Amino acid sequence: MSAVIDDHGHAGHDHHHGPAKGLSRWLLTTNHKDIGSMYLWFSFAAFLLGGSMAMVIRAELFQPGLQIVQPEFFNQMTTMHGLIMVFGAVMPAFVGLANWMIPLMIGAPDMALPRVNNFSFWLLPAAFGLLVSTLFMEGGGPNFGWTFYAPLSTTYAPESVTFFIFAIHLMGISSIMGAINVIATILNLRAPGMTLMKMPLFVWTWLITAFLLIAVMPVLAGVVTMMLMDIHFGTSFFSAAGGGDPVLFQHVFWFFGHPEVYIMILPAFGAVSSIIPAFSRKPLFGYTSMVYATGAIAFLSFIVWSHHMFTVGIPLVGELFFMYATMLIAVPTGVKVFNWVSTMWRGSLSFEAPMLFAVAFVILFTIGGFSGLMLAIAPADFQYHDTYFVVAHFHYVLVPGAIFGIFASAYYWLPKWTGHMYDETLAKLHFWMSFVGMNLAFFPMHFVGLAGMPRRIPDYNMMFANFNMVSSVGAFMFGATQLLFLFIVIKCIRGGPAAPAKPWDGAEGLEWSVPSPAPYHTFQTPPDMSEVHEHRKGTGGELTP
Amino acid sequence: MSTELPLRRLVLRLTLVVVAMFGFGFALVPIYDVMCQAFGINGKTAGAYTGAQTADAAREVRVQFLATNAAGMDWEFGPQADQLSVHPGASTEIRFVAYNPTDKPMTAQAIPSVSPAKAAAYFHKTECFCFTQQVLQPGERIEMPVRFIVDRDLPADVRHLTLAYTLFDITPRQPPVATLSATAAKESLQ
Ligand code: HEM
Ligand SMILES: [Cu+2]
Repeated sequence: MSAVIDDHGHAGHDHHHGPAKGLSRWLLTTNHKDIGSMYLWFSFAAFLLGGSMAMVIRAELFQPGLQIVQPEFFNQMTTMHGLIMVFGAVMPAFVGLANWMIPLMIGAPDMALPRVNNFSFWLLPAAFGLLVSTLFMEGGGPNFGWTFYAPLSTTYAPESVTFFIFAIHLMGISSIMGAINVIATILNLRAPGMTLMKMPLFVWTWLITAFLLIAVMPVLAGVVTMMLMDIHFGTSFFSAAGGGDPVLFQHVFWFFGHPEVYIMILPAFGAVSSIIPAFSRKPLFGYTSMVYATGAIAFLSFIVWSHHMFTVGIPLVGELFFMYATMLIAVPTGVKVFNWVSTMWRGSLSFEAPMLFAVAFVILFTIGGFSGLMLAIAPADFQYHDTYFVVAHFHYVLVPGAIFGIFASAYYWLPKWTGHMYDETLAKLHFWMSFVGMNLAFFPMHFVGLAGMPRRIPDYNMMFANFNMVSSVGAFMFGATQLLFLFIVIKCIRGGPAAPAKPWDGAEGLEWSVPSPAPYHTFQTPPDMSEVHEHRKGTGGELTP
Repeated sequence: MSTELPLRRLVLRLTLVVVAMFGFGFALVPIYDVMCQAFGINGKTAGAYTGAQTADAAREVRVQFLATNAAGMDWEFGPQADQLSVHPGASTEIRFVAYNPTDKPMTAQAIPSVSPAKAAAYFHKTECFCFTQQVLQPGERIEMPVRFIVDRDLPADVRHLTLAYTLFDITPRQPPVATLSATAAKESLQ
């Protein structure tokens, strides 16, 4: 252990003083807390940008008929909204949380590869600068949906598609380097005595997520490379005219795409598994089964991709295989939900903002899981596919799933990051506005979807008008509320009641053993975890101050 | 904790996984083709068939022919008969006609597809214009033969199958002049 730290303490020369001053602190930093903060801010900026595109979409859909934007621009908005939210908001937010919390949770002084860490972050602004700039190019930005199916994204794509491809390459490299860093940190830098089965679940879920990332991000890079070759070098991977096949695109894309949706949710599972015990004042129920369930979900996520393609014409045995394999995912997912509920059972619950978001996560994510099961029924999916029902499904798993998981984490750890308590009243307001707004926006989509409203179309039948208006009102409410979140975070950074080292009485884990705000350098000497008892499993242990 | 890999070795291994998975993405292309041909996914048919079979006079299958132009293709294109009744195992010929009404020479590629997809693996083409590309001068018309055998092992519940061609304009990709010699070298397309 210590050998590793000695070898790779190459940030060692600045170990004993604080951050550098000015801009170069941020440009050149190798400190996991600085990089974590930059990831989180980047992600929030992307969240607001992607969110304003969603506002354009909902404004257009407020009433039937073409109202505000042209269909061409509408398509660019749906595409960019999806891309920015997935790759710019959700994924970087979790990498930010990983940077901040994993070293603190396992008693490591920093990430294992601090320079790589800096580079993976700085690739992101480049990638997204490039991606967003396509909106201002002649012919417009990507308009083929976030799933960029060929030949829409090859033969019929706008000129700017080459920049889109390059942007995907850059963000892919960034995620891959981030994932390697997370794995190396978790496997090599744990404090003595911190066995794998003593790690908090956030660390476990991130370890598994990182393996998913290194397995599928290269496939995404491969598929955009094939597009690039089809567009510029005369190959025909996806062009039927040259002997290729557009359906091949969908297979390769979803081989990446389905694990990707778990990349966006597993870290949230981990965070919620720390937060619910803290506010239930009980240890997590079923730690070991949580670890295995996460592993099972990750494994299954590789063999279900064709549930996105039930309607493209796969053989009957294929439909059946992918249908049953998909339904199987509900089993480990159910184990998790059961464990969260059992953790709360007879706990002394209190509902501060992190807990509110975590409880809403459990309930609403489960609704998304149920609509997922409906979609998994292959014959039924012929009706649901490409309707608003699918949009409702994935927004229920992503908004109250991934995004609420991020909000819960942010409130839970803000005192540790800033040294101040956030404004609980405003945070509760943020929660309730988000909760109501999000349900108003997405619940009616189930109904219009079942009734046949297609997704990604700027106009719709009169009969969907009322539900769409409700959706739009809810979406505006959800969107506006996020400015309140920005205000709460800034207020918390600038002041507020001083936070003790452990602001939540039920919280467990090494991160609470360092003062708040966490000093610039922590765990220079690794804590000794070998004395932590087995019943403390998964809490990351607790050091008596 | 003494069992852990040194950092450098661990990172190297993870990087190898990344490289391997990038390669795997590309490996999916041939894997997909093999799967399609083996199981007739997407109605894909294999290349030229060299075997021979004896006709099963006791059984008749109706084969229907479809011809479609891909977007932007101006040729007139169609089969000489809409459908034929054939005995499994027998070799049958049907001709398709193509006419270039435009005032420029053009190259075309036809892509076949068989429905129902599960019959695709039992539909053998011994000769097909889709094995090569077609170059037509302005106003030129050609007849293009397809010779096929419906396999004797065709599942019993299939009594009717469809052979569909989509004709693509590939002039920008294969300019007609260059193609004349390229046609001879052309092999892999089905
Ligand atoms: C029990 C778990 C789940 C099941 C059974 C399930 C099933 C499905 C199915 C069958 C579809 C395809 C629907 C169609 O296009 O016709 C789908 C779409 C989708 N799911 Fe899930 N899902 C589950 C969980 C999740 C989770 C956890 C996420 C993300 C955090 C997610 C994100 C998505 C997304 C983004 C799409 C739509 C992709 C697109 O076409 O744009 N799903 N799901
Ligand atoms: Cu999926």
